[in-house]
Amino acid sequence: MKTGTVRQILLITDGCSNYGEDPQVVAAFAKEQGITVNVIGVMQNDIIDERARDEIEGIATQGGGISQIVYTEVLSQTVQMVTRQAMTQTLQGIVNQELKQILNKDITIEELPPEQRGEIMEVVDELNETVDLEVVILVDTSASMTKKLPTVKEALLDLSLSLSARAGNNQFSLLVFPGKKKHVEKLLDWSPRLDTIPDVFAKLIPGGMTPTGPALQEAIQYFHEKRSFFGLLKRSDDSYHEESV
Amino acid sequence: MKNPFEIATGTVVSGKWHKNSYRIIKRLGHGANGTVFLADSKGKKVALKMSREARIITSETNVLKSFAKAQGKRPLGPSLFDVDDWEHQGQVIPFYVMEYIEGDTLFHFLERRGRTWLPVLILQLLEDLAALHKMGWVFGDLKPENMIVTPPPHRIRCIDVGGATKISRAIKEYTEFFDRGYWGLGTRKAEPSYDLFAVAMVIINCYYPGRFQKKEGGLNQLNHMIRKHLELKKYAEILNKAITGKYQRATEMRHDVLLFIQNKAFLANKSSYNRYQTQKKIRSKKRKQIWSVLETIFILTVIGFLYFAYFLEKMM
Repeated sequence: MKTGTVRQILLITDGCSNYGEDPQVVAAFAKEQGITVNVIGVMQNDIIDERARDEIEGIATQGGGISQIVYTEVLSQTVQMVTRQAMTQTLQGIVNQELKQILNKDITIEELPPEQRGEIMEVVDELNETVDLEVVILVDTSASMTKKLPTVKEALLDLSLSLSARAGNNQFSLLVFPGKKKHVEKLLDWSPRLDTIPDVFAKLIPGGMTPTGPALQEAIQYFHEKRSFFGLLKRSDDSYHEESV
Repeated sequence: MKNPFEIATGTVVSGKWHKNSYRIIKRLGHGANGTVFLADSKGKKVALKMSREARIITSETNVLKSFAKAQGKRPLGPSLFDVDDWEHQGQVIPFYVMEYIEGDTLFHFLERRGRTWLPVLILQLLEDLAALHKMGWVFGDLKPENMIVTPPPHRIRCIDVGGATKISRAIKEYTEFFDRGYWGLGTRKAEPSYDLFAVAMVIINCYYPGRFQKKEGGLNQLNHMIRKHLELKKYAEILNKAITGKYQRATEMRHDVLLFIQNKAFLANKSSYNRYQTQKKIRSKKRKQIWSVLETIFILTVIGFLYFAYFLEKMM
């Protein structure tokens, strides 16, 4: 099996979108293109409103990813855990597909006897370690998020630390929404580490709108831009596309 | 989000593949990755872990199998007995069965028996870690909650292998306080020094059971906390080497802990030892004095006799 690239969008938000297209539709669209959407909901004073919860879970479900709603204090551990779990999930989905082809029947890892499951898990572990990973991080910087941004920054540094311990390559980029003039503003272009998050991050002036849908749309676009740019440099671009989990 | 499994005492869990059955006695614990029960297997007590995710059961059993190959006489983790699926109320629940490690958690034990036991337990832990590292594994998620001290002969064992990672891979699972990455003191790559950092933090945690939050400057803060506690301060040199990654191997750290214990024993006995030495010296001094007096008398007698003989000769 060839080692390809896992593509993820990581959305960090604390509330509901109120502008542009439905983020759940955009997330489903991302999934169709082999991009997983994970969502982390940051709680405001121990509460999160019901509608926001539904939207957060909905985006992750449609985007084939994982969602978690957490207190700000445990953000670091959650961000890295969600990212890694989603990776495993994607890779397991691919292994499942390969299995179907090899065994020529509709079977998943869970349906095999425990001994064989163990061997397959070793393969998934190995892939997890070596696969290349591209993550577009999308941070909601609307007014209610202001106080949480330093913690978000710390969590992202921590994510970078966790992932850089792997053998595979990582590429991160950081987008925030709403931007000054556009829906989305780019803070960090594709780079292998996140320790260069500009200080601008803490000085952002939060805007009023929460255009989650358009922001997701841009994030997807961002993968394509990268692909076409790198396409000039290298021809083959294997991406892991997961049909079902 | 992840609710523990609610399974009544007396329920029989039977495996779909290997056909073994286990009678649930009680729930032992519940974590993010699953629920552990005490169960009865043909009159023997075993621990049975269930998870909603097959992935977790599979990777943990993989680890336990490798551990069994790795260790032989003194396994750090529990031995693995069985892996299977339980079909229950239309659901398939993956589980595995392992050795039930009876005893107190590290904190309970130290509370009951005193912290004088800590260095010995750390020696045991480091020896087992050395063996584990030699076989290409790093334990990963070392913390006091997962450490059990068995009834006599007391020995430290670890019960949760969820963090175990092959050397040079990325650490699978960790707890912030014990993670060198969190303190800004190293990577999350599985290396023996990763575990040794955690061992140092376990020692620190024994003196600060409530733990503490990271502030700016991880190393300074840790050094400050070590020096602030009189008992902990004695370990300062070892702890500092471990948290700054100076130990490449568990055996190096073990060697220093061993020296630490020996020095402590020497210091404790030094006063009585000294008294004994002085008494010995006084006694031998007295003996020497007696001999020298006798020696003088003897020489004087001989000289006197010779002089007397010479005198007699002259007279005649």
